[in-house]
Amino acid sequence: MKWFISHETIRSPFLKTLEKDCGEKISHCYQCGKCSAGCPISYQMDYLPNQIIRMVQLGMEEQVLSSKTIWLCASCLTCTSRCPRQINVAEIMDYLRRRAYTKHMTPPGEIEVPLFNKIFLRNIELHGRLFELGLIGMFNLLSGKFFKDVALAPRMFLKRKIGLFPHKINNSKEVKEIFKKSGKLGRARRDKLWQPKLLFLNLSRKLIERIERLK
Amino acid sequence: MKIGVFVCHCGTNIAATVDVEKAAKAALNLAKVKFSTTYKYMCSSPGQALIKDAIKEKGLDRIVVCACSPSLHEKTFRECLKESGINPYLLEIANIREHCSWVHRDRETATRKAIEIMKLAVTKVTHNRPLEKTHMPIEKRVLVIGGGISGIQSAIDISFAKFPVVIVEREASIGGRMARFDKTFPTLDCAACILTPKMVTVAQNKYVTLHTYAEIEEVTGHVGDFKVKIRKKARFVDTSKCTGCGACWNKCPAKVASEFDLGLCKRTAIYTPFPQAVPNIPVIDRENCLYLKSKKCGLCQKVCPFGAINYQMQDEIIEEKFGAIIVATGFTQFDHSVYGEYGYGKYRDVITGLHFERMANSSGPTGGKIIRPSDGKVARDVVFIQCVGSRDEQKGVSYCSRLCCMYTAKHALLLKEHNPDSQAYVFYIDIRAAGKNYEEFVKKVQNEYGAVYLRGRVSRIFEKGGKLIVRGADTLSGAQIEIKADLVVLAVGLIAQNDAAKLAQMLHIPYDQNNLFTEAHPKLAPVETITSGVFLTGACQSPKDIPDTVATASAASVKALGLLVQDQLEKEPLVARVDKNLCSGCQACIKACSFNAIETKEVEDRALKRKRTVAEVIEGVCSGCGNCTAVCRMSAIDLEGFSNRQIMEEIEVL
Repeated sequence: MKWFISHETIRSPFLKTLEKDCGEKISHCYQCGKCSAGCPISYQMDYLPNQIIRMVQLGMEEQVLSSKTIWLCASCLTCTSRCPRQINVAEIMDYLRRRAYTKHMTPPGEIEVPLFNKIFLRNIELHGRLFELGLIGMFNLLSGKFFKDVALAPRMFLKRKIGLFPHKINNSKEVKEIFKKSGKLGRARRDKLWQPKLLFLNLSRKLIERIERLK
Repeated sequence: MKIGVFVCHCGTNIAATVDVEKAAKAALNLAKVKFSTTYKYMCSSPGQALIKDAIKEKGLDRIVVCACSPSLHEKTFRECLKESGINPYLLEIANIREHCSWVHRDRETATRKAIEIMKLAVTKVTHNRPLEKTHMPIEKRVLVIGGGISGIQSAIDISFAKFPVVIVEREASIGGRMARFDKTFPTLDCAACILTPKMVTVAQNKYVTLHTYAEIEEVTGHVGDFKVKIRKKARFVDTSKCTGCGACWNKCPAKVASEFDLGLCKRTAIYTPFPQAVPNIPVIDRENCLYLKSKKCGLCQKVCPFGAINYQMQDEIIEEKFGAIIVATGFTQFDHSVYGEYGYGKYRDVITGLHFERMANSSGPTGGKIIRPSDGKVARDVVFIQCVGSRDEQKGVSYCSRLCCMYTAKHALLLKEHNPDSQAYVFYIDIRAAGKNYEEFVKKVQNEYGAVYLRGRVSRIFEKGGKLIVRGADTLSGAQIEIKADLVVLAVGLIAQNDAAKLAQMLHIPYDQNNLFTEAHPKLAPVETITSGVFLTGACQSPKDIPDTVATASAASVKALGLLVQDQLEKEPLVARVDKNLCSGCQACIKACSFNAIETKEVEDRALKRKRTVAEVIEGVCSGCGNCTAVCRMSAIDLEGFSNRQIMEEIEVL
């Protein structure tokens, strides 16, 4: 990690807008590192959660929003529940994801995460509750990993973890109303689910794997 | 002569490694030993009762206790002997714990060694003489060196007990460093508001005598009877006539940089350091006064309505006697000109914390405005650098100065209050805010006043386009940082006064490699020194903030009062004695004595029928170190309790 920042970075409004938008006092963080210590995903992250917080404190917006970490966060809330300064780290990660998404700063390797989120929301909007098979099917189709986890399907089906048809809820109209009203989230629906870049990436990855296996 | 030997188990401390029963049995084989026994804890009440009973029943007259170091329980057992009616100095302690059981593993050899140690003690005790404690009178006055907050507090505390106190202050007014401060952390009381009432109390107190503009010239004597020479530097102003009206300093044409404001503004050659000075009587700076230099002005004398100016005044040396001395000489700032990377000397906008303090002060040189000293513009982006000189073994001192973290936080807060659109950047290594409400204060500065804390040292400061470019790093994010600053404030460390070593030598108190005075024990005697009657308070011992300084000042006063309330001083009789018949008067012992405890004396020599000079030990001063006995060529000096004969015999039985 090598960055060069100036006093303009530090005085940038990034920290203040973030604190205002999500109501979390990030400037309270004293970098004890307890969030990173307990994070189950940290081994996959490019920056540890505490480093993300520090970068936010110093106004390093570009570096934060293009990091993998914010997309890898599983929102398990271990960090939030353990923070001695009462900072909701998971909430901040969520905020950063939304900001990165609206600013189109998602790193190319992590496009699958927002895609999954979008399909999930679409799914909820249509059925009022999660239709697992639809979610899995759509995700596999749109991400180009067509046969991902297919072998698990019969067992999941027998254990009644997934069903063939969606379960409807009573007032699905109201859910749609909620989606309509929740501006930012509603926008996710209108965005195209079709991600040719991702599809190409995953298909070419698979091809390379095949070739390597042939060797 | 009947000697009793008492061997202590000390729980398992001794008994686990030394066969105590065997040692006790072996004792009975030694000459003159009539009784020996063991007990689990000899220092306990039943253990002491055992000794008392044995003395009564067996008629013992000398006692050897084989136990821990004499520094721990010698006093206990001496008292025990005294209660049984034997002279307490007919006791010897054989240290078989620290010197034997704790440092050995093999039981058999350890037991053998314990028996050897016991043998030495038994041999020594046979030559012990009954001794009586000596008593000396006490001069019931206290000298306080230094008129800062610690000296002031000490003087006030002692005056409560109605003992006379004399404060000697080098500068023209008392108040010290604290008088220069603007606010005090963590409560942000105005420093002058809490200090000046104390200064006035001291000035009005009938038990306190102030000698400002004075220095200690010489200290001789010892606890209860210190003779101190004080040089009262010539003020050139008659203190009995002057009313502090200010006519003189308003007219004085000579202007020089003010020491009190650290060169941020000018003062006149006749001046009082600050408006609330106590006493409010000016002094003439003889180096800069035009009249004293070239006899060409004399304006102040003309304008003084009371005729208080006297150019003929000379330094005056007074000699006074004191029973105890409290050293409250305080600290000075680390000179950071050694840091080329901070460019001090080159850049006028790189200042120290104390400069900042003066600027923030409403009676300071800028009238409370925080500005760039170079062009007078309001400081907006201000970088604070901590640990300048502290924790730097290469260029500074190895210790942490303890209060820079706090005063920097306070400065960041004051900056925001004075210049609301400013931004403070604090470069730190660790934030050490250990004190009541200190951590909360630092957090408040960060959270409510928006100070940005960056963890790392600054590598370079240079000037570009009228701004100071500060290059540093934030190790928490791994980022290199460049800040365009208007002002850089260095949190310089606290170091000993330049002449601390000289004063320490005068007072015979030890000082460390940093010239800070050394306390008698770092935990259990923090305000005492090994020279009895000399006490330490404040930052001359180690860097201290105001609460700690005041606490040590009160502690030192209590210690001094504890001395003064006694009618007479009790003194251990284990001192050196000169055999006048043997002494050749070579005076080697006088040079060897580090306590100035030996004097010369004329005696009538009957054989030669003329007078000759011999050495004489002042019992009150002698601490029984034995230096003189080692250098005496004639073996004329002997140390009570450790006589040459005793030591030789101990060696022989080994």
